[in-house]
Amino acid sequence: MSSYLLKRLLTMGVTLIGVSLLVFFMIHLVPGNPVTYILGDFATEESIKELESRLGLDRPIFTQYAAYMLNAVQGDLGTSYITGYTVVEEILNRIPITAQLALYSVAFGSIIGIMMGIIAAVKQNTIFDQMAMLVALVGISAPGFWIALFLILLFSYQLGIFPISGYSGFYSLILPSITLGLGTAGTIARMTRSSMLDVIKQDYIRTAQAKGASLYRLIFHHSLQNALIPVVTVIGMQFGYLMAGAVVTETVFALPGLGSLVVSAISTRDIPTVQGLLLFMASMIILANFVVDLLYTKLDPRIRFD
Amino acid sequence: MKQLDGVNGPVVYVEVETKTYSKYRSFWKKLKKNKGALVGAGILLFFITMSTLAPVIGPYPVNEMMFEDSLQGPSAKHWLGTDEFGRDLYTRMLYGGRVSLLMGLVAVSISGTIGVILGVIAGYYRRLDMYIMQFMDILMAFPSLLMAIAIVSILGVGLTNAMIAVAISVIPSFVRVVRGSVLSVRETEYVEASRALGVKDGKIIIKHILPNVASPIIVLATIQFGSSILSAAALSFLGLGAQPPNPEWGALVYVGKSFLSQAWWMMLFPGLAIMLVVLGFNLLGDGLRDALDPRLK
Repeated sequence: MSSYLLKRLLTMGVTLIGVSLLVFFMIHLVPGNPVTYILGDFATEESIKELESRLGLDRPIFTQYAAYMLNAVQGDLGTSYITGYTVVEEILNRIPITAQLALYSVAFGSIIGIMMGIIAAVKQNTIFDQMAMLVALVGISAPGFWIALFLILLFSYQLGIFPISGYSGFYSLILPSITLGLGTAGTIARMTRSSMLDVIKQDYIRTAQAKGASLYRLIFHHSLQNALIPVVTVIGMQFGYLMAGAVVTETVFALPGLGSLVVSAISTRDIPTVQGLLLFMASMIILANFVVDLLYTKLDPRIRFD
Repeated sequence: MKQLDGVNGPVVYVEVETKTYSKYRSFWKKLKKNKGALVGAGILLFFITMSTLAPVIGPYPVNEMMFEDSLQGPSAKHWLGTDEFGRDLYTRMLYGGRVSLLMGLVAVSISGTIGVILGVIAGYYRRLDMYIMQFMDILMAFPSLLMAIAIVSILGVGLTNAMIAVAISVIPSFVRVVRGSVLSVRETEYVEASRALGVKDGKIIIKHILPNVASPIIVLATIQFGSSILSAAALSFLGLGAQPPNPEWGALVYVGKSFLSQAWWMMLFPGLAIMLVVLGFNLLGDGLRDALDPRLK
């Protein structure tokens, strides 16, 4: 296990360095000089040169990368060209909203998804199964931005129950969480169904059934615990999906989270913010996958990494 | 007469043909029995036909503005209503379908080609495996939509760049699947036998490896076709892909967003079309996977 852990940590380190290189060079390939963007079209040659040197943009690109990474490992991701705040401050300000959104949508998606998966598996090949799987597939296939607008139209404009946009506490996160959670619910429902079907075909379930265990006991006491192992992995893997989904959902609902920050930073060419955010999000996803891997061994003692 | 490598004779020839024929027949039999796959194929056929015939069946020119009809709801004159310039939404959606489907096709073709090449190289040439997969791991650290957004920000906003961005973001999933399949096929006895007979790598890959890893590629390409349309639409919705007045479905929803309270149809129908097409690809993909899986009888 420890050698696996070491190997995994090493690979994770290499991937992180790779991610930082990719992000850095990708961002620096963006056409157009950010300095002209900051100063406007009428900036003088002198002021451009001065700002370039102040921002360190006149140095060779590898020197810039080395300096950036040296600062990054010390928790300094640069300062936003637009707001003047440090990127870390920006991230810290906005992370609570994205984190809440992710948490609520995972909770919503997991509850709905697991329930649908159980019903589909227990009622395999019936109309319930087919309906549940169709709903799950619709959840996966529907564009998030469209679901969001649909929910706004119904619950905000027509019924006036929820706010149309903006952040005003838990209440304003309900529609965004449903939007983001539907896709998760679909994926989890499909995984739960197939995993449950694998488990309920096993001998020990048949034995429990022969001994007269009730359906409730069979599902919740005997099958679900084992069936949920791969489901937990899928939930963990949803982290990346949630990050990408947050970009669209937060934009539609005008929530001041990390996702909407990415879009606004890209449109204003705020390079340090885009760079810092991409690096931060990718690192979080790599970390989440690592945790899921470790969790897997804890949940299922049969799995050992050597 | 067709011959197998290293083995000649009509008996073998007949056997192979029968086997291929029965495999093909069993695939069709299974696919035809799968209601979901049939529904999926039906949905796709419908949208492909409608989009192809857009100039013939579209009741109005795609960009014709009729200001007296602006923001009209669905009616006999305008089946799906009109937009803020009085343009017929049904006509625009027919043309928009061409753009959305083309975006999916181009994205899957590019990512599939590059993904298959890299996946075969990684799976077959073990020395390059580590480097390719490490690079794919790096790309996979970005969710595909986020990756696409980042790429568009470099290449610039627009339809072509959005297609390229989506294509690049999908490459890692092709590489992963193809590599995994190649790894198992390259260890089979017939590949080993070909290698022992001195058959060149290129020939082994084309004649033995690729035909045997085709099934997962077909399934993945079908499912990715749908999700590429979804990603491309999301990019257009964020203002980074197709730009108005282009009637790409995501761009239509984007415009509809501004008229949500007055003209719900402007966002409802294009979004519904995206969902149905993606659902069609997912249903067909699931069906193909079941039909191509030899373990499922």
